[in-house]
Amino acid sequence: MKPSSLLEVRGLTMRFGGIVANNDVSFDVADGSITALIGPNGAGKTTVFNCLTGFYRASGGTIHLATAAGAPVEVGSLLDKPFIGGSYLVARAGIARTFQNIRLFREMSVVENLLVAQHQRLDRNVLAGALGTRKFRQTERDGLARAFHWLEVMGLTADANRLAGELPYGRQRRLEIARAMCTGPRLVCLDEPAAGLNPRETHELSELIRTLRSEHRVTVLLIEHDMSLVMGISEHIVVLDHGEVIAAGNPETIRSSPAVIAAYLGAEEAEVEGGEGTR
Amino acid sequence: MDWHILAQQLVNGLTLGSIYGLIAIGYTMVYGIIGMINFAHGDVYMVSAYLTAIAIAVLTGFGIDSAPFAIVITLALTMFITGVYGWSIERVAYRPLRGSTRLAPLISAIGISLVLQNYVQLSQGAKPQGVPTLVSGTVRLGTETNFVQMTYIQILIVVVSFAAMAALTWIIRSTSLGRQCRATQQDRKMAAILGIDTDRIISTVFVIGAAMAAIAGVLVTLNYGSFDFFIGFVTGIKAFTAAVLGGIGSLPGAMLGGILLGLFESLFSGFVNTDYKDVFSFALLVLVLIFRPSGLLGRPEVEKV
Repeated sequence: MKPSSLLEVRGLTMRFGGIVANNDVSFDVADGSITALIGPNGAGKTTVFNCLTGFYRASGGTIHLATAAGAPVEVGSLLDKPFIGGSYLVARAGIARTFQNIRLFREMSVVENLLVAQHQRLDRNVLAGALGTRKFRQTERDGLARAFHWLEVMGLTADANRLAGELPYGRQRRLEIARAMCTGPRLVCLDEPAAGLNPRETHELSELIRTLRSEHRVTVLLIEHDMSLVMGISEHIVVLDHGEVIAAGNPETIRSSPAVIAAYLGAEEAEVEGGEGTR
Repeated sequence: MDWHILAQQLVNGLTLGSIYGLIAIGYTMVYGIIGMINFAHGDVYMVSAYLTAIAIAVLTGFGIDSAPFAIVITLALTMFITGVYGWSIERVAYRPLRGSTRLAPLISAIGISLVLQNYVQLSQGAKPQGVPTLVSGTVRLGTETNFVQMTYIQILIVVVSFAAMAALTWIIRSTSLGRQCRATQQDRKMAAILGIDTDRIISTVFVIGAAMAAIAGVLVTLNYGSFDFFIGFVTGIKAFTAAVLGGIGSLPGAMLGGILLGLFESLFSGFVNTDYKDVFSFALLVLVLIFRPSGLLGRPEVEKV
């Protein structure tokens, strides 16, 4: 792996029976960058996310994540580990995500949604809990403190004890990002974070994503259809069409790439550049 | 109407109901987390009755005759070993089938149920077994002819059951483990994406269910003194009824359903007919399913995206 990369995807292929959703997808995500994955509907962007985050086991190819410890881990091999393998190891390795169709624990309170994401750090010992040991109370307090920190960042403090399912849509989106951050990730994957948000909320979101990177030192990979958002905040853009990478580069390169313009069928160049939705 | 008979039936019903409630917890938690009915659960309860007898025999062999001490040790041992049974059953019979059709683990559960019954029958004999009375004595209220009585064992059953249910409620509501269980129940895949080892949580749920059944097994054995390899069937079906009555998947529902079923059954046998009490219980189940399919505290199934 290149030392500057946090994530290296090589030859990623995902087949569902006869349907090839991703074919030989390769790209890098630089450490500390904001990288966007764009493409027309059905291009296979979410499938890439599902493979990265261990939601699916890729049919072929490798996904390497650099770790603080040194040797990079391969996401697929985490899933395949005998007896103990599973998606949860991917989260523990440092990849967190949000979903296009929000997947909160709707029947848990807002703060519980954040606590449950931190259990890797919280003491899991029931006996320690029953006895109320000092370490147990300390870790619970730390967990709560972290949860409330993120509620504050997201402006959700007042909603802490409401059920997650009761929140308005925009707040659910922010809560989902907060929950992903509570797992303590190195890479956070946001799947269409601006979907359904109004222009003001979208603007706040782009500020938030910048903050995540600058203040919380997390690398961001996002799927987004809102071109003004993507062009405004990302340093590197990967374009998928029909499951394959058709272009990659900085916003300038992508904006002027004929392959990209052609992929957005019927989309004028102005729309790719502009703020009006290509959605 | 004789009020003391009513009160007596309520006392009996409460005792029976807390046993149903304890066993129903195993059904409801397993259903909540992996959506299957663990038909072997009743037989896990049956195994715990045998373990109780073995534990008491061993303790008596060591010359321990203090009843409270013997009961505590028996409870601990039986809960532990039954928990190991619960864990192994999930590991051997259900986990390999995860991701296959919904029916597969159900059939596997019936298989495990048969295996347990036959294994106990072979190793312990088909004849009913018994344990000596460890605790005797009653509390009586009322006059010489009109009284309500509750044996010490009945009091023990109610106290221990409620304590166990309260402890479990606390674990599920307020601990990290409980949060992980609820998260796994609501969206297993999402829980895994957040770093929760969902397989481990599912195993834990089986262990909790088995341990609760073990408490019931110890208490019932101490109360009735006699059991055989087939007791798991009817009791299991009754506890399952209780879980459905309360709303399967809901933990408070299982406890409430158990206690209500015990009360109804006891009142029915006290005032109407003892022979038809099972018919009554199952008729109640049918009525609940017709008029409130999701049970008393259950929520209607929501289609997950």
